[in-house]
Amino acid sequence: MRRVRTAIVSALVLLVGRRRARSAKPAETRIVPALPPNPAAEVAVLGLLGLSSLSALGFILIYAFGSDLPDVTPLLGATMGLAFLFLAAALVVVGLKLVPTEQIAEYYPPHEHPPDQQVIAELVEESGTRFTRKRLLKLGALGAGGTLGLALLAPAASFGPLFHVGDFLRTPWRRGRRLVDENGRPYKASDIEKNDFYLAFPEGLNDEEKEQMAASLVVIRLDPDQLHLPPNLKGYDAHGILAYSRICTHAGCAITLYRAPLFQPDEPKPALVCPCHYSTFDPASGGTVTFGPAGRDLPLLPVYVDSSGYLRAKGNFDGPVGPSWWGVRMWKAQP
Amino acid sequence: MRAVLIAAAVALALLFVGTAAAASGTPRDPLAAYGYHLYGEYCLSCHGANAAGRYHEPSSATGAGPGRAQGQQGGIGPSLHGVGALAADFYLRTGYMPLRQIGLQPRREPLVLGEHQIRALVAYVATFGGPPIPTPKPARGSLSQGLSLFSEHCAGCHQVVAQGGYVTGAVPPELTEGTPRQVAEAVRIGPYVMPKFSQRAISDRQLDSIVRYVEFTKSPARPGGWGLGFLGPVPEGLVTWFIAIPLLLALCLMLGSRFRPR
Amino acid sequence: MTASRGAPLTRRSVRWLDQRTATAPYLRKALRYLFPDHWSFLLGEVALYAFIVLVGTGIYLTFFFVDSTKEVVFHGTYYPALYGQRMSEAYASVVHLSLASRAGLLIRQTHHWAANVFIAAIVLHLFRVFFTGAYRKPRELTYWLGVTMLTLALFEAYLGYSLVDDLMSGMGLVIGYSVGLSLPFVGQNLMNWLFDGMFPGSPKLWPRMYIAHVLIFPILIGLLLGAHLLLVAMRHHTQFRQRRAQTERTIVGVPAWPGQAPRSLGLMVGTAGFLFLLGGLVQINPIWLWGPFHTYSSTNGAQPDWYLGWLIGALRLVPSFDLTIGHYTLVPNPFWGGAAFPLIVFGFLYLWPWLERRFSGDHEFHNLLDRPRDAPVRTAIGVAMVSWVFLVFMAGSADRVNVTFGIAYTSQIWVYRVIVWVLPVLFGFTTWWICRELQAGEVVLRERHTAEAEARLARMQRTES
Repeated sequence: MRRVRTAIVSALVLLVGRRRARSAKPAETRIVPALPPNPAAEVAVLGLLGLSSLSALGFILIYAFGSDLPDVTPLLGATMGLAFLFLAAALVVVGLKLVPTEQIAEYYPPHEHPPDQQVIAELVEESGTRFTRKRLLKLGALGAGGTLGLALLAPAASFGPLFHVGDFLRTPWRRGRRLVDENGRPYKASDIEKNDFYLAFPEGLNDEEKEQMAASLVVIRLDPDQLHLPPNLKGYDAHGILAYSRICTHAGCAITLYRAPLFQPDEPKPALVCPCHYSTFDPASGGTVTFGPAGRDLPLLPVYVDSSGYLRAKGNFDGPVGPSWWGVRMWKAQP
Repeated sequence: MRAVLIAAAVALALLFVGTAAAASGTPRDPLAAYGYHLYGEYCLSCHGANAAGRYHEPSSATGAGPGRAQGQQGGIGPSLHGVGALAADFYLRTGYMPLRQIGLQPRREPLVLGEHQIRALVAYVATFGGPPIPTPKPARGSLSQGLSLFSEHCAGCHQVVAQGGYVTGAVPPELTEGTPRQVAEAVRIGPYVMPKFSQRAISDRQLDSIVRYVEFTKSPARPGGWGLGFLGPVPEGLVTWFIAIPLLLALCLMLGSRFRPR
Repeated sequence: MTASRGAPLTRRSVRWLDQRTATAPYLRKALRYLFPDHWSFLLGEVALYAFIVLVGTGIYLTFFFVDSTKEVVFHGTYYPALYGQRMSEAYASVVHLSLASRAGLLIRQTHHWAANVFIAAIVLHLFRVFFTGAYRKPRELTYWLGVTMLTLALFEAYLGYSLVDDLMSGMGLVIGYSVGLSLPFVGQNLMNWLFDGMFPGSPKLWPRMYIAHVLIFPILIGLLLGAHLLLVAMRHHTQFRQRRAQTERTIVGVPAWPGQAPRSLGLMVGTAGFLFLLGGLVQINPIWLWGPFHTYSSTNGAQPDWYLGWLIGALRLVPSFDLTIGHYTLVPNPFWGGAAFPLIVFGFLYLWPWLERRFSGDHEFHNLLDRPRDAPVRTAIGVAMVSWVFLVFMAGSADRVNVTFGIAYTSQIWVYRVIVWVLPVLFGFTTWWICRELQAGEVVLRERHTAEAEARLARMQRTES
């Protein structure tokens, strides 16, 4: 074993060579103190550098030829990571064991430089002696600079409709528009079963238009004698079928949780819940908030069943869809 | 003549009773009969005599199928008329039933009933009518359609990779232990507060796709290494603070000096 | 003067450089700049190196990402679960990069881990700076640059993972939009302007986010970082009083060359190494599993990355109310948790140096650092703020706690609503008391040592005589 080790060390020594420690300069004129050499540490550094190279090589090989391996990414990450880590280890050994760590004391830079401050201040003051209306000129400069700045910023106003509020109230729902599923198939009232919840859109929208917040609905059916809608929402249901906006009024997530008790006496009441912050809406009472942070009831779309049995909108929502903003209680959702 | 008429009437009556054997008394099929016996031992106290359900006020429990809400009545256990072998098989094989405590969400429990006992009870409940045990075929389903359907109908409660989640008042479980049959059954039943998806809403073919997707979620694709439970940023943050940062701190401690006690 | 023939390479290179750039005097000073060698001074460097990894891996990613929300149908046979699904080009490009390119997933995951570690390192560095008083005069400017970089880093990271347009980050984006909407008076106009319309905005939104993430924010952070490092060097580092020679006037440290350089380089390379190791071995943000975002879709268990977890906790804790005056909705609900809370926390961070100066009356220069116990009030207030933020952060995972441990979510929320106010005050007072006790203990220790030394001296004198 010793012979092998000697052989390796000899090979490395031959390969890399070792210079005689330079002792030409006398100790007093050196900047960095002379410390005795540390051959073991040098060998360790060489070994680590070698391992780093091997890892890096491994990365290159796996990258070039190993794309069919099942765990390519972990292998690539392991080889690249180890390449860096071995190199880091080599640097650490150099830092801790091979390079002198001096502790030097010196003064902090001065707190301030009064002479230079003085000169600067004088420069500024003296160069202004020709001005007689300093305050007025400063005001003028401020005015010009300020208005110029505003002018430069003004085109940014076109990034988006800064003053246009109307869009927030617009919805794709009109009186008589049919409710369809994600594939465009219209819903019949008989399709809507109790204890289930359905995704619905207005008929005729393309995929991009379906992403509007006011488009999507969550449709459920409750027993009519379970309903206790407030007076302003009377008649919004179609024999217990309720079409709520799918977008939570708290922060805009889609309401995709429906609590549908199988055996009502023992289980929590039906509820529409949002998965983001668990705002819980009671569908039987018009979407009132029973838990969670939402500050506004869930908007309800009035629906009716037409002569062929299809579900159609009777009008627009009872309020704007989506998260609240300053004017959300000022207007009903407009067609 | 009178005797003949009486005999005929009795025979007819017995016939009706016989055909409606499920409606009362011991069923004729021996397996179902054993189930009837077990029912008395494990289920009667909550689901009532004749599986008609038990409510605080003994009245209108005659609707077909369980869970036809009786409004403000208190309740102990729903009627099992019309739930079928499908429901009985689900609740018994998951251990949801026998329920440990009324009012709490049913959960998977170690089974107290053996295989034969489960079959017997299923046969008994089946005598009250209802859907049979489903036979989903995940291999026929489409994985892509499964993700799409699961995302629309299930992910809100069960999380998009079926790792389970929370809804106000209940804990939708993760689906790793659900067999394809159980998943199909749960979809059709809508246990506890889960919505109930009939064949109209999710066809059998679509259910195959959903079941196939659920099977996929039991070992989702993890080409990037350790999957961390596929829960997203929470375990990722834990790795950042409990693996990455300690390693980097160790490196800093190695490279710098520390306070030495005087 | 010509270089002597056979002069070593070093001398020739330095000569060449100095002749062309006149930088030898500055280089000489820079090479002997003194670094205090306490390990906690390396935390800022870890953040710097994570930033370098971010920029490097990020540049690679820009060559593959498509910043378009145009809808495409996925036809990649390498991932059947998404086959045939409609998704944005942006999402499709990231799925392709992750699953169908050779080192794409490694680079992408390293990039994301680097972002997580970057912000964690900044936070630790901020703790070190705060609890030792390093922000005091004359280093307030340096400190404010640092806090600003933290703010920018949070936005930058949020933009980064939202660009992917997967289901989870899309939910996060609409929540951010709603918080913006909730700003009193101006919210709706501001968000309409920024998003070019109501959410999900126009097709211009994505290129905007992209340019902000790859150009504007990195340049801002880079500039501030440069100024931050320059100021640190001009004023020199602070230091702990570890040795008697370290005073307000004299700094004792390790020179940049040769002592500090291999350590710093080692830390840089080591940070990169750990990040690549994580990037390959631990999966992060497997967006192919979440699916594409649609406004009408959502999933349970959606969470932001850890550094925004304090905001989801805050949003969940605020009780249900919109502040209205008649029909005017003055303050929609998300404002309190999503805007007011971080404003208060960052306002505290920015104002703290001024507040401390004002209430302690200390207007001196400080080059020496305090140990936390040496400034009980500062440490107590700091601990109180940290625990406030941390408790709110914990509240954000209460649903998962319900799922794993069975403790009712609704009850947890009510408990948190109380303890986020009560516990920080309690922790603050306890911390103050502990600092005072530790200080008193040191006095006792010193007295004891003095008494023992005097006793020893007296004993020696008696034996001698």
